[in-house]
Amino acid sequence: MSGTLNLLIGLAMGLNLIALGSGRLPSLIRAMSLQGVVLGLLPLVMEHGIDWRIGLVAIATIVGKGVIIPYLLRRAMRAASIESEIEPIIGYVPSLLLGAGSAIAAVALAKTLPLLPEHNGSLLVPGSIASILTGFILLIGRVKAISQVCGYLILENGIYLFGLLLIHSMPLLVEAGLLLDLTVGVFVIGIIVDRIQRAFDSLDTRKLTALRE
Amino acid sequence: MTSLLLIIVPLVGAALAAVWPSNCTRPWLLPAVGFVHLVLVARLFVNPPIVSPDAWLAFDPLARAMLPAVSLLFMVCSAYGVSYLKLRSERPNRVFVAVLLTVLGLLSAGHQARHLGLLWIATEAVTLACVPLLHFNGTPRAFEATWKYLLVGGTGIALSLLGSFCLGYASLHGGGRGDLTLVALMSQGPGLSRPWVLTAWVLLLVGYGTKMGLAPMHTWKPDAYGESPGIVGAILAGSVTTVAFAAILRVRAVIGAAGEGAMADRTLLAIGLFSMLVAALFLLGTPDFKRMLAYSSVEHMGILSIGAALGKTGMIAALFHVWSNSLTKGSLFLSAGNIRRAAGSSSIESARGMSILTPRSAALFVTGMFAVTACPPFGPFFSVLQVLRAALASHHGIAAAIFLGCLLLAFLGMTRVVFAVVDGRPRQAAIANSKRFVETAGVVAPPLVLLGLSLWLGLFTPPALREAWTAAVAQLFPPS
Repeated sequence: MSGTLNLLIGLAMGLNLIALGSGRLPSLIRAMSLQGVVLGLLPLVMEHGIDWRIGLVAIATIVGKGVIIPYLLRRAMRAASIESEIEPIIGYVPSLLLGAGSAIAAVALAKTLPLLPEHNGSLLVPGSIASILTGFILLIGRVKAISQVCGYLILENGIYLFGLLLIHSMPLLVEAGLLLDLTVGVFVIGIIVDRIQRAFDSLDTRKLTALRE
Repeated sequence: MTSLLLIIVPLVGAALAAVWPSNCTRPWLLPAVGFVHLVLVARLFVNPPIVSPDAWLAFDPLARAMLPAVSLLFMVCSAYGVSYLKLRSERPNRVFVAVLLTVLGLLSAGHQARHLGLLWIATEAVTLACVPLLHFNGTPRAFEATWKYLLVGGTGIALSLLGSFCLGYASLHGGGRGDLTLVALMSQGPGLSRPWVLTAWVLLLVGYGTKMGLAPMHTWKPDAYGESPGIVGAILAGSVTTVAFAAILRVRAVIGAAGEGAMADRTLLAIGLFSMLVAALFLLGTPDFKRMLAYSSVEHMGILSIGAALGKTGMIAALFHVWSNSLTKGSLFLSAGNIRRAAGSSSIESARGMSILTPRSAALFVTGMFAVTACPPFGPFFSVLQVLRAALASHHGIAAAIFLGCLLLAFLGMTRVVFAVVDGRPRQAAIANSKRFVETAGVVAPPLVLLGLSLWLGLFTPPALREAWTAAVAQLFPPS
């Protein structure tokens, strides 16, 4: 089963690179939502057997990250009639190089952290670190509000990947709280995006420069 | 049970505010709920409940040492809120009132949380709940500030979740069963896996430090405090930051139990000094008196962090400083809000001669400035003095010297801005604008009361409070 698990995590890491190389918002959103679906499948293939709680986490993740959030983002895009070009601060090729570099760094970093025997040989920790770094690159290197939100979500995906290490020992409360907060967070971000649109007639965060020293 | 009421009462109040029909009478819910909350907290303070070790949520000694300050600040601010929202009667206040009460409930939950996951959920929820408060003014600048707050704060909160996971894994790797209550983690102590504890500490310090506003993660603060109403600034600077500080203290106790206390103290000291230095330098340059308050808040978060790094005496001083900072900063934000309202701008270019236009608020502002820059005889003077003595007693001479230097720079920076605002001749635009603002008792009394409380705290620190701080520190440094 570890093989399937690693295959899926590898897929998620590949989607990180696709997200970094996307030049248009719809493809960025697609990469992100696909990654959400892949992550939702992970708890099902982990080897501990499936109880209803894990099933619930899987379904909530797939529906939340794979359907609802991308839908909200697309709706925000349409409502605000945002152009779909991304306009990066860090260009696509440097982004991809940084992304590949962070994947290598993630594997190297994960080697220094001791793991429980049942997690040895899994890509959970490197995949998690790589996604978090990818999220940071997108947060820093993209100017449009929606692409920053996508970056934030990929960062969240990385954290979720890490959380899978603990899924059998953490009470349901924590799991439920995480998903709820994530959705609420994006919901709020969506409202803000809407407001920024009305206030600035653009979703270009470069124009958010009135406040500075 | 009463400790749960501290969370339920404000949340019920918030629900009530959400369905309350009248825009005019709704703000009265703020002081009503604030009063009930204060009475409940006072009862718990006098008769502290017996806390079962595995409770996820309890009014434990640390909550007892900090939550009353939050409740007190909220009570006074809510009284200000009634007069403030009357002035702003053109704007619907349904969301504002409901969210402010929600924040109070969530802060009570955050201060009482004894479970790593619950603590995180409460902090995350507070972060999100503050969003509508920040863009209450509805200006493009307020939206910009909110966006930055959300992005920086959201990232910080995500990192603190990752840190919580790492701490959980440290426990799992050390043979624990994944029990994330802080008591269980502390009792596992040296059994926690060392590399994971170090990773967790870094992530949690960065994560909760972002929420607290420690440099270099403070970038959201000047914008958020500068563009939101004074009452929101007071609540953010005086109570939302303290819940993040409480989180750091609770995590620090676990790290200490794991045998890495010395490392944690070094990082806290370094980040505290860096925050003070950054804040002091920006205070010398900022042209805006509300942003000045934000940098001053960064400076005081630095002082808290330094205090927390200096062992038991330092920790007691830090808890003292939580109180004196909350009350004094609250007074400053409220009086600055009045001045901003009268002047129509918070830049020292347009707001001048405010001692003529708003004499009472200007007097409070100047006094508050002296209080917050640690001039005697107000609370901050005594708490800062205690931090300094703790630093000297633990042979941190260089840190103490930098600490004093930063205090001096901050004093120079703040007097520069404050006297530019208060002195001189008012501009025509400000004179015209100030005609619409009357300094009623409703907007002057609350900052005066807060300043009075700060003075009282400095001159006659109640023995009960000292005892509460000592008990909290005993909780954080259990006898091994």
